[in-house]
Amino acid sequence: MNSEYFVKLLIVLISAAFVNNVILSQFLGICPFIGISNKIKTAAGMGFAVIFVITLSSAIASLIYKGILLPFELDYLKTIVFIMVIAALVQFIEMVIKKFSPGLYDALGVYLPLITTNCAVLGVALINVNENFDVVTSIVNGFGTAVGFTIAIVLMAGIRERMEYNEISKSFKGSPIVLITATLMAMAFYGFAGLV
Amino acid sequence: MNKYVERIYNGVIKENPTFIMMLGMCPTLAVTTSAANGIGMGLSTTVVLALANLLISALRKFIPDKVRMPSYIVVVASLVTIVEHLLKAYLPEVNEALGIYIPLIVVNCIIFGRVESYAAKNTVGLSLFDGIGMGLGFTMALFLIGSFREILGAGTLLGFGIMPESFTPISIFVQAPGAFLVLAMLTALQNKLMLPSATNGTAKKSTLACSGDCLNCSGENYDINHTELDKAKAIAETVQKSSKKSKKED
Repeated sequence: MNSEYFVKLLIVLISAAFVNNVILSQFLGICPFIGISNKIKTAAGMGFAVIFVITLSSAIASLIYKGILLPFELDYLKTIVFIMVIAALVQFIEMVIKKFSPGLYDALGVYLPLITTNCAVLGVALINVNENFDVVTSIVNGFGTAVGFTIAIVLMAGIRERMEYNEISKSFKGSPIVLITATLMAMAFYGFAGLV
Repeated sequence: MNKYVERIYNGVIKENPTFIMMLGMCPTLAVTTSAANGIGMGLSTTVVLALANLLISALRKFIPDKVRMPSYIVVVASLVTIVEHLLKAYLPEVNEALGIYIPLIVVNCIIFGRVESYAAKNTVGLSLFDGIGMGLGFTMALFLIGSFREILGAGTLLGFGIMPESFTPISIFVQAPGAFLVLAMLTALQNKLMLPSATNGTAKKSTLACSGDCLNCSGENYDINHTELDKAKAIAETVQKSSKKSKKED
């Protein structure tokens, strides 16, 4: 553990959250981004649930990959194993927090079943493997990605709450104006490209 | 019309997964930076979709209802792994260009949508053709969006320069913001011309659990979950109260 390693981790974190923003430059998890971004409160709830699940799932997926799949030369099974692990993990998290922390369950419970099919979760696990990150870097990358997701979805919700009072021409009402907003946000995030 | 040809027609035109049902938006936005990528992604998805429909339809009487989702996931993930390795072996440049979006076919909602709503209820032959039709519809849509972005963003089509020398490529179209912009214009045009599409409510909605129609999702399912949660809490409270009461009475 030296300072160089921490600098590397910091770069991974910033790059995952801003430069390679999971929604605005990698297009993973578009469904919740467009679907649940009409109120800041629900968007933030979804964001925190995603942070929780992605951080945990990238840790477990990475441990399984390094600990079981690689030593036994089973890495061709990674897609199947990861999707099963994620599906099981989400169910397990739901059961555990329902039992031990009803407050947390109230806040996150409703979002959990829909996270299984969120492609960002599987995407992060696969990116960690492709980039050959070790377990700690994978967790940091997962956390950064999820923070990037939360930032994007909360910003979008804030803009959409304001747009409620605007007059939008008939053909642009609904999803077109949301996508136009996403275009402008993606352009703004493009400015982070030179950061790392 | 022959019922097999009808499935193909249904997938390509009548219920086109991209233009009409608005499913699978993540790969649609991500890989359409060029027409060739669109075709590669479309055909890979077609293979997975057709074989998944075939297998699930053949197994539909053996899969118990309770474990049907995990079974579907295993079948689809295995097929995706096979396709990924075939691409790596025979078309490495396609695999390189599409990257993690190939394994992510597993979570493409078109596949689960068709498996759940069609293959689990219909015969093997019809399901196979349904998969091929839907896949070809998806491929066609990705090719059209990809060509549009490639012509405007790079001045080429399938790698050949087709625009005059004086044309300056609008490079934003092949970058991330361009994907959102093209889709925004497409949905706006559909609204304007009242073309059938899930985004303006003129096409029938998908019957998936989360309705599958991401662009038009109003988060109703979340609200439904919330009301169910409140109901459960109310029941738990009354049970607690009554148990306390009974203790006091004791």
